[in-house]
Amino acid sequence: MIPEIGHFALILALFVALALGTLGVIGGQQGRADWMALARPGAQALWLLAVISFGCLTYAFFTNDFSVSYVAQHSNTKLPDIYRIAGVWGGHEGSLLLWFVMLCTWMMAVSLFSRQLPDVMVSRVLAVLALVAVGFLLFMLITSNPFLRLSEIPAEGRDLNPLLQDPGLVFHPPMLYMGYVGMAVPFAFSIAALLNGRLDAAWARWTRPWATAAWICLTIGIAMGSWWAYYELGWGGWWFWDPVENASFLPWLVGSALIHSLAVTEKRGLFRSWTIMLSIIGFSLSLLGTFLVRSGVLTSVHAFATDPKRGVFILLFLAAVVGGSLALFAARSGKVRSGGAFALVSRETFLLINNVLLTTAAAAVLLGTLYPLIVDALNLGKLSVGPPYFNAVFAPIMLPVLFFMVVGSFARWKNDSVAELSKKLGPVAAVSVLLGCSAPFLAGPWSWLVALSLSLVFWIILTSLQHIYRQLKSTTNWKVIPLAYWGMHMAHIGIAICVVGITMVKAYENEKDVRMAIGDTVEVAGYTFRLTNISEVPGPNYTADRGIVELSKDGKVLRTLEPEKRTYFSSSMPMTETAIDSKLTRDVYVALGERLTDSATPAWAMRVYYKPFVTWIWGGCLLMALGGALAALDRRYRRKAAATVPTHAKGVAV
Amino acid sequence: MKMKAMIPLGLFAVLVVFLAIGLTRDPREIPSPLIGKPAPLFTAPRLQVPDQQFSAKDMLGKVWILNTWASWCVACREEHPILMEFAKTKTIPVIGLDYKDQNVDGLKWLARNGDPYDLSVTDRDGRIGIDFGVYGVPESFLIDKAGVIRYKQIGPVTNEALRDKILPLIQELQK
Amino acid sequence: MKYALALILVLYCALSSWAGEAVPLAEDPVVEQRMIAISEELRCLVCQNESLAGSRADLAQDLRRELRTLVKANKSDAEIKEYLVSRYGDFVLYKPPFKPVTWLLWFGPFVLLIGAVVVLVRTVRRNLRGAAPAALDPDQRKKAQSLLKDTETPS
Repeated sequence: MIPEIGHFALILALFVALALGTLGVIGGQQGRADWMALARPGAQALWLLAVISFGCLTYAFFTNDFSVSYVAQHSNTKLPDIYRIAGVWGGHEGSLLLWFVMLCTWMMAVSLFSRQLPDVMVSRVLAVLALVAVGFLLFMLITSNPFLRLSEIPAEGRDLNPLLQDPGLVFHPPMLYMGYVGMAVPFAFSIAALLNGRLDAAWARWTRPWATAAWICLTIGIAMGSWWAYYELGWGGWWFWDPVENASFLPWLVGSALIHSLAVTEKRGLFRSWTIMLSIIGFSLSLLGTFLVRSGVLTSVHAFATDPKRGVFILLFLAAVVGGSLALFAARSGKVRSGGAFALVSRETFLLINNVLLTTAAAAVLLGTLYPLIVDALNLGKLSVGPPYFNAVFAPIMLPVLFFMVVGSFARWKNDSVAELSKKLGPVAAVSVLLGCSAPFLAGPWSWLVALSLSLVFWIILTSLQHIYRQLKSTTNWKVIPLAYWGMHMAHIGIAICVVGITMVKAYENEKDVRMAIGDTVEVAGYTFRLTNISEVPGPNYTADRGIVELSKDGKVLRTLEPEKRTYFSSSMPMTETAIDSKLTRDVYVALGERLTDSATPAWAMRVYYKPFVTWIWGGCLLMALGGALAALDRRYRRKAAATVPTHAKGVAV
Repeated sequence: MKMKAMIPLGLFAVLVVFLAIGLTRDPREIPSPLIGKPAPLFTAPRLQVPDQQFSAKDMLGKVWILNTWASWCVACREEHPILMEFAKTKTIPVIGLDYKDQNVDGLKWLARNGDPYDLSVTDRDGRIGIDFGVYGVPESFLIDKAGVIRYKQIGPVTNEALRDKILPLIQELQK
Repeated sequence: MKYALALILVLYCALSSWAGEAVPLAEDPVVEQRMIAISEELRCLVCQNESLAGSRADLAQDLRRELRTLVKANKSDAEIKEYLVSRYGDFVLYKPPFKPVTWLLWFGPFVLLIGAVVVLVRTVRRNLRGAAPAALDPDQRKKAQSLLKDTETPS
């Protein structure tokens, strides 16, 4: 009964979304206030239906209703409770339902937090989002129904993939989907603007917090995924340039460019075409990512069970949404011409440089991700494009971004001079290079790449601190300083912190792969690991070998680590549960391997790692997200529309 | 409508075409670079007579098929009936390569399911398989009179593959 | 007596050295390190989203064994990669080889960067040229003022 309710809710939602979409768009074109007024309540009704449907599926999981095919495939009576709930999005159909719920949540948010926006705008935005929802609902109802019943009810389900039975599953997909789907909101704002032909600074001001919010969710979602892979897979790696990882990274890169492009459009009314393009491209990349993961065109560890029919549907959907929006853009591009001027040395130029670099980086990653597909499609053979390519290509494009980031935040709008900037930044630049070049000596062998990266890191952090210091000194009431100012610096410092983590880990990490019997020790980077015991430990749906490893440094015992090797009843592949001692400046990481059967004394394969500053990678991402949150919550976004007059704001600095 | 504004749309259209073609491909399938190249000239002990060696050189001058199989391989059971049928027609010799298997298990499997092979050899550590570029079981190689690999079947031999690709090629090679 | 003590001491040292420094899993750590370095840039053919270094698949273990032999025989990196490519094709390389079919891939980002810089320069130049508009004459000014008065909130 409950699954049928869930199914019915989706069908109902389809009609609501169709109505909302068509009436909203037509109503906007024809100026019909009654149809436009349906937007907000329509979005809220849609959200309610989405939640009901999702609730029904969750109920089916929680009560082990194996008559529902999807539940039988992804759950198990012995599965711990929390994974029975998180397992709802562990497979293709359920994750689509999650997508849909996220989309409705964003629509709900737009309907609630848009009092200061004109109704016409809101109704158009919600209409576009509703039409996207229609696509997903059709996709679910036609090819991927999570509520399909089985005629023969199995006594036990197949179990959730053991790799997913981890707290990471509870947080990473929802956060990531919030980001993916969130990119639809600035997209909808852009489409709405193209439809009504009005693309001024006010439009940019309305769009900006939504773009930032989506970007924040993507940042956290990606960081979580990376952290999860790090502690779960036992390899100590945190980024693999896997096609699906790239699929989430691409909208993030474009989203970063978008929020900065919106800054220029908001302040100076410039870069309008850029901004519109970036928001269309951002969401297109989200949809492309959905296609890549679910259609089977690329091999990936993240790929869901694939089915060509689903691939065809998503491709058609992708073609319709992106093709339609690009066609609209081409048709209306004439109206989007930006006026205004700026000098060669100005904030606009530096923001443009970085946006161009970010977009190029995204294009390069896209090229590498799709290249095997292109070569195969042209019958030119099979290729692999992996980390060596992406690392070689990505870093050189991104390093200049770190440099210009600072210059851009110091430069004045419209017109500045090299002399002025050199005066402000010169001393700090020198200090940064000095610190950057000497810091590596403290950590290990010197390398120019580490020196360069650390110089840029110091450059970012010191200039931000310098800027803040000067700002505080020149302001009597620091409460007047807008939140966005703090947000910008926090986010930029966050990037620097992240780069520290990436640089130090890559350059100075150390690992040892050893065989250990009880009592053996191994030493890495000054830390000593001693295996004191291994015992068999049963779990709810697995049995595990648990090792007790004593960690000590300079003869002093710091703590014990308990790595495990689990064998789940449902799968033959053993799972590693790593044991990590995490401190601010380093992680020490133990992974238990197989039992070695080639000697009389029992021994196990063990891998121990020393990872300096690795947590800074995700700490930096968190800081970025917090910075973004501060920026999005800036008071100017909450001012009523009536108080502002649409003009080309001239060079008013933050 | 500015021409320049149509560029993104044009690029996207090209992308969609590639993605559509991609839907018809299998990204996991690895075509063999050995097609048209000489097959590795291996020697291996026979499964049923372990102290006798079989050499690929013995097959020069004949068109033959090398089929990798194993007692632990599930998909091999799929193609087995087809191989049995094919062996009955006595078209060309079929040599089995018992890949990464224990002799005793391989013999049991043949006894239970039937033996379509003229003879089978064992590849205990998988080295012969690696030389042939085997990455999964079953895989089959059609080798011509000069010892050159002319066709590789990735996965089980299906009736379609036999009918459309393998048999016509055998006919050609035997001329 | 002294000898008994010495014997006991020797035995004690021998016994306590049984639980000692863990032996590297690999027979020869130097060879292993080189093998791992090479196989990190190679793709596992079975678990196709893992490197040959990390995959636990049987074929990966077999291939790593073969690579170890080649490393011990002092083969160069290129020769070792060629060993695998001649059997499995370019698919096995995570770093795409530089040949005509991959020119677009390797040159692509560079070309994109140049293209991006061209777009950048053009955009900046265009906005430089779009200098401040000429001053309005009295008629235009009156029209502008009346327009400003009429302006409502944007819709």
